Amino acid sequence: MKKALPYIIFILLLGWHLAIFAQDRFPRPEFETGHVYPTNQYASPRAPVWEYIDVAVLIGSLIVTTWLALKKRSRRGLIWMSVFSLAYFGFYREGCICAVGSVQNVSLALFNTGYSIPLSALLFFTIPLLFSLAYGRVFCAGVCPLGAIQELSGIKPVKIPKYVELFLAFVPFIYLALAILFASTKSQFLICRYDPFVGIFRLDAPYTMVIFGALLLLAGIFVNRPYCRFLCPYGVLLNIFSRFAGKHLTITPAECTNCRLCEHACPYDAILPSDTVQSKEEPTKSRKRFLLYFLFVPVFAVAGAFLLYNLAPSLSAVNSTVRLAREIKTEQKTGIESDLKTVAAYKESGKTEAELFAEEESVIKRFQSGAPWAGIFLGISFGIGMISLSIKTKRSEYKPHQGKCYSCGRCFKYCPIKVKV
Amino acid sequence: MNTEKNKYQSRRDFVRIAGKIIVAMPLVIIPALLVKKTNVKGYVWQIDPHKCTQCGQCKTNCVLTPSASKCMHAFRMCGYCDLCGGYLRQGAKTISTGAENQLCPTGAITRKFVEEPYFEYTINRDLCDGCAKCVKGCGDFGNGSLHMQIQQDICVNCNDCSIARTCPSNAISRIPASIAYLPKDK
Repeated sequence: MKKALPYIIFILLLGWHLAIFAQDRFPRPEFETGHVYPTNQYASPRAPVWEYIDVAVLIGSLIVTTWLALKKRSRRGLIWMSVFSLAYFGFYREGCICAVGSVQNVSLALFNTGYSIPLSALLFFTIPLLFSLAYGRVFCAGVCPLGAIQELSGIKPVKIPKYVELFLAFVPFIYLALAILFASTKSQFLICRYDPFVGIFRLDAPYTMVIFGALLLLAGIFVNRPYCRFLCPYGVLLNIFSRFAGKHLTITPAECTNCRLCEHACPYDAILPSDTVQSKEEPTKSRKRFLLYFLFVPVFAVAGAFLLYNLAPSLSAVNSTVRLAREIKTEQKTGIESDLKTVAAYKESGKTEAELFAEEESVIKRFQSGAPWAGIFLGISFGIGMISLSIKTKRSEYKPHQGKCYSCGRCFKYCPIKVKV
Repeated sequence: MNTEKNKYQSRRDFVRIAGKIIVAMPLVIIPALLVKKTNVKGYVWQIDPHKCTQCGQCKTNCVLTPSASKCMHAFRMCGYCDLCGGYLRQGAKTISTGAENQLCPTGAITRKFVEEPYFEYTINRDLCDGCAKCVKGCGDFGNGSLHMQIQQDICVNCNDCSIARTCPSNAISRIPASIAYLPKDK
């Protein structure tokens, strides 16, 4: 009740506003026949209980997927799990609510006072990350509907060159940084806008969305999980968290015999080979190189901050207020009246130009204060990526790369070692 | 040799545990920061009819076809006019229910005689596609009792409402699900 009070006051104020400004061109009739005004039916939204059922389903399917991937080691089970998630989170819940998009709700709530995050969105953000920290990316394996639809359509995996993979793997970092920047400046939800499969889940969307989704699925037949690998911004977080996972899926159920049968099993290039050949390089030399690369990290961070700070005014064009203000400015400069609907709406609203330009200024300021952090994040991730390329670790077994592995279980059948559970 | 290996092993373990703690921190901090800013009941999208400029983008920009945004009638504001700016096309030859005279492209408005000289207009929600032509007509020539509202049982409550993103007057915003509607006559 206390929480709703401001809104009640707001509505009362609206009513007051109405009393003053209502266009009472025609007075309300007084019916002689005793006709009563009909009442409107206000269909209520989905009960909030359902959102918590979604959370329960999320937790349940994460537990089942973890069990299937780590304990039962059943690829078939994981596929059925994908089918379930695709059916429930995808087609039944129509792709909304999803953990991928919840990143934006969290950043919007963190950096803005007006918005309080729905509890379910916060849970959808944290729970998969917690599981990732404990058991690796099991969320990707069988719970995420976006991952599921790609997992099921990836029939003919083709390996792509390593440098292409490494290059494209940096795209999600940029995507994440921009998505957080845009959400926290209240500009737009980039991830939701370019969600590729939501149109397929709803069987109804703008055609551009459907084409994008269909193209990704077609590409995904050969280059498996293209969205997860080269776009998914939430995957970046899962990737980072999963690297520190306590337990993780293993290729072999027992001791690895280095038979090399699994070497080409992974379509995501996420299997780290064991080094049977010792590196001839001297340890001191590689240590020096490591230090050198390490010193480069702050350089990259500063460069990133500098770059994005200077890009901030152009990036702020995603904000509708900034776009409107710029349109008005060009209108003033050229003297040609704009035919945009936003401009017409602005002129009707009675807002003054000074107010609009001040608003634009404040949005750009927010971009300028947020963008350097995005740049630092990008610089540091780039630097760490470079370092990890140069590090050589000694391994006596084949094991999954904890960051890249989706725990999909494709490698299970390649391992000749079988253990009766 | 053995101790050497152990040293590396423990160092690696240390890095792993330290990393785990560092990475886990945001998972504690973010919910802690947001604990006061969480809303248990959730939000829905709704149009503020006083900001709406009847641009017609509700019809085309919703992810659903037909749009979840539809016309509603605030009966207590209506003048019950015979010559209704929301029902009749501009320049209609006669004031009648003939299809050629109707403004609504889908014929979603029914006109019913109440008493001389009053007529009641009701909207068939299933036929309305949210083009807002009648809302514009009513606002321009009448009391403005017809107004757009997002139908909460149809709306899929996208995280980023695609009408809100393109709404020229920023009339669509998140409101608490407990309120759900912002009708003109409440």
